[in-house]
Amino acid sequence: MDWEIVIGLETHAQLSTHSKMFSGASIAFGAPPNAQACAVDLALPGVLPVPNRAAIERAIRFGIAVGARINRRSVFARKNYFYPDLPKGYQISQYELPVVEGGTLEIPVGSGTRVIHLTRAHLEEDAGKSLHEDFHGATGIDLNRAGTPLLEIVSEPELGSAEEAVAYARTLHALVRWIDICDGNMQEGSFRCDANVSVRPRGQTRLGTRCEIKNLNSFRFLDLAIRHEVARQIELIESGGRVVQETRLYDPDRDETRSMRSKEDAQDYRYFPDPDLPPLWVDDDWMARVAAALPELPAACRARYQSDWGLSPYDAATLTQSRDLSAYFEAVVHSLGATDQAKLVANWVTGELAAALNRDSLEVANARIGALALSGLLRRIVDGTISGKIAKDVFDAMWTDGAVTPGAADDIIEARGLRQISDSSELESIIDAIIQANPAQVAEVRAGKEKAFNYFVGQAMKATRGKGNPATINAILRARLTA
Amino acid sequence: MALDPDAVRRIALLARIAVTDSEVAALQGELNSILGMIERMQGVNTAGIVPMAHAFEMHTPLRDDQVTETDQRAEFQAGAPAVQDGLYLVPRVIE
Amino acid sequence: MSDPVPLGLVATARALAARELSSVELTGALLERIACANPVLNAFITVDPEVSLRQAAAADERIARGDAGPLTGVPVAHKDIFMARGWRTTCASRMLAGFVAPYDAHVIEQFDAAGAVNMGKLNMDEFAMGSSSESSFFGPVRNPWDITRVPGGSSGGSAAAVAAGLVPAATATDTGGSIRQPAALCGVSGLKPTYGLVSRYGMIAYASSLDQAGPIARNAEDLAVLMNLMAGHDRRDATSLARPAEDYRRDLQRTLKGLRVGLPRAYFADGMSPDVRAGVESAIAVLRRLGAEPVEVELPRVELALPAYYVIAPAEASSNLSRFDGVRYGHRAASYGDLADMYSRTRAEGFGPEVRRRILIGAFVLCHGYYDAYYLQAQRVRRLIAEDFASAFEQCDVIAGPTSPTVAFALGAHADDPLQMYLSDIYTIAPNLAGLPAMSIPCGFGVHGLPVGLQLVGNYFTEARMLGIAAAFQRETEWHLRAPAAMTP
Repeated sequence: MDWEIVIGLETHAQLSTHSKMFSGASIAFGAPPNAQACAVDLALPGVLPVPNRAAIERAIRFGIAVGARINRRSVFARKNYFYPDLPKGYQISQYELPVVEGGTLEIPVGSGTRVIHLTRAHLEEDAGKSLHEDFHGATGIDLNRAGTPLLEIVSEPELGSAEEAVAYARTLHALVRWIDICDGNMQEGSFRCDANVSVRPRGQTRLGTRCEIKNLNSFRFLDLAIRHEVARQIELIESGGRVVQETRLYDPDRDETRSMRSKEDAQDYRYFPDPDLPPLWVDDDWMARVAAALPELPAACRARYQSDWGLSPYDAATLTQSRDLSAYFEAVVHSLGATDQAKLVANWVTGELAAALNRDSLEVANARIGALALSGLLRRIVDGTISGKIAKDVFDAMWTDGAVTPGAADDIIEARGLRQISDSSELESIIDAIIQANPAQVAEVRAGKEKAFNYFVGQAMKATRGKGNPATINAILRARLTA
Repeated sequence: MALDPDAVRRIALLARIAVTDSEVAALQGELNSILGMIERMQGVNTAGIVPMAHAFEMHTPLRDDQVTETDQRAEFQAGAPAVQDGLYLVPRVIE
Repeated sequence: MSDPVPLGLVATARALAARELSSVELTGALLERIACANPVLNAFITVDPEVSLRQAAAADERIARGDAGPLTGVPVAHKDIFMARGWRTTCASRMLAGFVAPYDAHVIEQFDAAGAVNMGKLNMDEFAMGSSSESSFFGPVRNPWDITRVPGGSSGGSAAAVAAGLVPAATATDTGGSIRQPAALCGVSGLKPTYGLVSRYGMIAYASSLDQAGPIARNAEDLAVLMNLMAGHDRRDATSLARPAEDYRRDLQRTLKGLRVGLPRAYFADGMSPDVRAGVESAIAVLRRLGAEPVEVELPRVELALPAYYVIAPAEASSNLSRFDGVRYGHRAASYGDLADMYSRTRAEGFGPEVRRRILIGAFVLCHGYYDAYYLQAQRVRRLIAEDFASAFEQCDVIAGPTSPTVAFALGAHADDPLQMYLSDIYTIAPNLAGLPAMSIPCGFGVHGLPVGLQLVGNYFTEARMLGIAAAFQRETEWHLRAPAAMTP
């Protein structure tokens, strides 16, 4: 049977504030256990929540960035359940009236794009952490993370494959970092997904029974977990079984999803408006200020790179993976002062620079060659001082030494005598000596063997230690050998 | 609406309050008499009335994003039922 | 040494400021009186003479230096619902029987800053759920007028301590009548302010949208002085109102001429006992003599307050009390199996029967499938009741009626019937639902020589005017000056 896969993602993005959603405790990662759990986070008797303006502002920023409706009035609600990592016995979240509703995200699919609709994005607080090791059969509870602000972003069930789900998650990940609302650190759990997965025979309008796979904290796990869950559901149905709606956990060690029994006992969250918190109000003025402060969004940036600077869709997409990368790229282009060389800059940024960053596991913000220094190097290619090939050697030297000034490339070119030899008379005498020394190869060239011609190019480059201007060498050889 | 013993047990489970069989019987009577009193409100026509969650129609004030709290773990854990290495201990949680 | 305490807070503060006696002397004398009376009354859960005397000594130094505030050195006691740093804070529950508060409630900070001496933590109904102060884990409070009777609740310890002259004033809280009903049953004055005037920060929550702190004292002037201290905006409570400070004493001397006193028909129907009716009607006659004009008003839906309250308050309570789970503080069962068992036993042991009942009712009315019929319906009815008051206040300036349908009842009288107990708050609940200010002042004595209270309900933010009405009434009467014979020092 032909199966259609239906996936919706719920993504928890930890908002990049200093303090928690409802308390003044720090959210910095890595503190000793419970050192950042204040009276409010511990739910001591008598404490009360007060919302963090910066967290709300980040939610608004997201809403505007995805073209969603920002609800003027939204309501904090309590989601009641008992769990040791949930100190109050309820999580403050948003239920019937979230701060952000609707919106879209354009994701790359194959060589084109697809628009995915968002259901909503709401504010909530994170729970603490349970540690199961080393406590003689007990579980240890660390509440440092309790109360950390989260934006839960819910997509419509419109994703049709694991690839699309990953593309959506990557696009969303890039966006939340781009607009600076989340650091996107997946190892630390700052960006994690729950996937709602169901299958149905193609053509059926009713949705199949879904399973929710919790806490997928890498794109790879997201991909693997969905593939396995889809296979499990299809196999189950084809062998006459029925999918049961449940919460499942992906186990990367065993590469399978399994039922979370602990969440199964008929849960009733008893949502109701939090009586400690009057409704949240976002006025037009606040929204306008947030909108005005938003950077150019990645989609607009991509479009501009293609239309104004003639980049390919692929290069434009690569360069807008992060705001830092795009800013670096634009800084090089502007410093070079030649937007017609944007393609050259794009090649270097997505090529040499990306490779070097990747090799040394560095972020572009920590690149060992600054944008001005790279532009200084590329300037010498453009003006013919060095060849592209020599430029790669200079790049490596700059990377090793660390380069920030526009003159860094020039210093290396001078110190190592790498300036390109473009002087015709100098090259002519070198070439003439090579021709005289290789009569047999001259004959082959004259007989039409292009390979023999390349031999002379190689010899000329060797004699000039790579500094000969390849175009000039070519022209002289053509004149001498094919005349 | 009258609660039967199973409903009482289910609510007690949701609320994490242990109940014995004899307590269930007593609670069933007590809760049903309270619900009976509450029943009086249910015939009232409230169509179109906006539910009132707070005494005032106000908007929540907001905090500036500043870290104002310091580490008070030692004091907070002084009276905790079970702690080790700064962690609160609970019976093993199985997932 | 003369004893100004029976005269009240302002009289005590005046005597201290005039250095007619020192705070240490007064505090010591009251501590002795508490030591004597408390084994009978059980009004205090915690007394710490060393701390109180140290605060008194510091206050005496402040007075000697000449930088005393209005309440410097004045002994005050606090309902054990307020977190007071270093003090055991129990909410009268086994759940918190050994819990020492690591921070101060806003209300406690205000009293500390004013230099008041904390005389201890007052007994109450467990988690403020009750109308008799019998549900306390630490045993029932007794009424100083008749120790076989209840003092009312939940702030029974506060009312009893003031009535018995153990302190000139006490803090209390009111969710459905918990300041006014015990004040009435103990013959003292109590004010529940407009919701949001006094910060709830550090006040252990029962029903967050209804809870409001207020003072219990001997007379209206004392309440006004206490309100000046307790009211004020607090950024740590999102429901705290940001309003300019006001002087609640400003109307204390104002005449009642032209004051329209609304008499809700529903409050004067059957249900009130004859002695209470006689006390309330004579009080209205006094108000009329002072120039007020009684007008009949309607509160057609006020009878729905009780059912709406017993949905909303338990619903909020069931959630508010989920934090008591034996993990981070408070009681944990001695023996248990797995995590669910630890929770269930801890909470079954830690909470008394009334608290358990309300948690279960609250959990039920929020359940999927019942939420609309119970919780949302109760919130809609809540609005109808608030609208009734709004209409009534178009015709009158203040509403008057009984605080409690009866005088103090016998200990154990409603032990087997929670519903009968709930009816004790039949007149006090509606103002909490609407968020309105309301107070109770002594207005006579009923059967067995027990006090009767007059309830005044004002429009939002009219506390100063209400206190003025109470002050005028108290200039004309002397019910508030009576003290229980056995307790007269």
